[in-house]
Amino acid sequence: MSSKPVLIRDDGTRLDGRKPDEMRPVKITIGVLKNANGSALVEYGGTKVLAAVYGPREVLPRHLALPDRAILRVRYHMAPFSTEERKSPAPTRREIELSKVIREALEAVVFTNMFPRAGIDVFIEVLQADGGTRTAGLTAASIALADAGIPMRDLVIGVAVGKVNGVLVLDVNELEDQYGEADMPVGVLPNLNEVVLLQLNGVLTREEFNKALDMAFKAAEHIYKLAKEAFYVKYTKVVEEVK
Amino acid sequence: MSITPEKEPIPRLYVEHMKKMLEHGERIDGRGLLDYRSIRVILSPIEKADGSALVKLGKTQVLVGVKLELGSPYKDRPSEGVLQVHAEFVPLASPSFEPGPPDENAIELARVIDRALREPRVVDLEKLVIEPAKLAWVVYNDIYLLDHAGNVTDAGMLASILALATTKLPRLLKTEAGDYKIDRSTKAGALPLKTLVVTVTLGIIGNAILVDPTVEEEYLVDSIITIAVDENGRICGIQKRGERGIERSVLNKAVDVAIEKGLWLIGHVKNILNNPEKYVSPLSDMGA
Repeated sequence: MSSKPVLIRDDGTRLDGRKPDEMRPVKITIGVLKNANGSALVEYGGTKVLAAVYGPREVLPRHLALPDRAILRVRYHMAPFSTEERKSPAPTRREIELSKVIREALEAVVFTNMFPRAGIDVFIEVLQADGGTRTAGLTAASIALADAGIPMRDLVIGVAVGKVNGVLVLDVNELEDQYGEADMPVGVLPNLNEVVLLQLNGVLTREEFNKALDMAFKAAEHIYKLAKEAFYVKYTKVVEEVK
Repeated sequence: MSITPEKEPIPRLYVEHMKKMLEHGERIDGRGLLDYRSIRVILSPIEKADGSALVKLGKTQVLVGVKLELGSPYKDRPSEGVLQVHAEFVPLASPSFEPGPPDENAIELARVIDRALREPRVVDLEKLVIEPAKLAWVVYNDIYLLDHAGNVTDAGMLASILALATTKLPRLLKTEAGDYKIDRSTKAGALPLKTLVVTVTLGIIGNAILVDPTVEEEYLVDSIITIAVDENGRICGIQKRGERGIERSVLNKAVDVAIEKGLWLIGHVKNILNNPEKYVSPLSDMGA
């Protein structure tokens, strides 16, 4: 194996200077695309993910439509230039799996029964990958859905907790993901106290799992606040434009 | 692109009956909420595979074949062999399966089992390198779903771990030119494993937790969670599925249940591996 870098320094900080339970700077920008019904750019440090929502709209081909609800169509995709080495734009097995778990997470919040026979399309493009792309993508997707005015039970906030050098760390970056012992992406409904996405890649003890989940919920609250502020910024801008 | 699938229709009467029974802690097939269906195992039914196992979990049947081939190690892991997990949901397994490349469900299953095997380092890949950075054994673990009656994950994982644990490495020959060749007529010892891992899949409906859901229960539940557990009761993988969320308190209970059932399943696997001759039988016994 290639030599493993020391990911936790002697003073307990991480390679990028963060404390174990510290998020990278989060930036949320809403309504960045003209054509989409809703859109959001979410940045967790170096990770930059764009999400766009089209719909509710007619489903083509028609046989995919369901009589009692809207269908969700979700694509998680990484741009070829988003990674260290160029990534082929063809969908990988990883992207197919992540599209599915993100769709299922969003199904839990969208009131799909309000739009029978319609389709709601969610496109997630990872523009730069530095760890936590599925969780940033999930956050971006839920914000874009809200921006499109689609009725939802709650926002979904994605955040990952990892374990590096035996220490639980919040919001793993690429290096920590690559060399760490565990990576646990979590999709949280901050108001309903539910988990809608949960994966664990790595090994954790029962106690570590509890602590990791606590960290994820706490971080989700923080990101949720930032999302609300971003909506506030967007809508005050609209009010000013109207004036 | 992942698209909301059409759900298999189940009669409303059946659903209501199932829900009513759940309130009394009962299931339609007579099991308790935390019981597995019967587990039957056939070891090594496929002679040409280097390892194989068929697992019947209730009416679900999964066959796993392990093949060893020669290949090059991954660039970032030059001193390790390679493990690849694939799953096929062949059309004979269910009226709703169609021929074609693996869909998102098959890919998800393969990746969940891959992670559960990879993260706790079940296969000792460091012992499978032949020439660092150049040549190594590639372990192909192919999961073949034969009859889908629910909880394909746990059946696939059990079949995988049993197939891997009974896999024999073929003999490696070095030709005069310095090339390597596989001689499958002679075996050269067991595939080195470091630990055993199982997965425990739970259906969650309201506050109730159902161990080992049947295919009907899978349609009924709010969500499904698979938790991988190793010999020491550590959590080595999680995958939450389904179109509803799980409340935190329920999730906590689910993890406790999974660890308990996981350790029980590992005991079962050890029993089988300690008396393998009892479980070697012809493939035709799958109908029994």
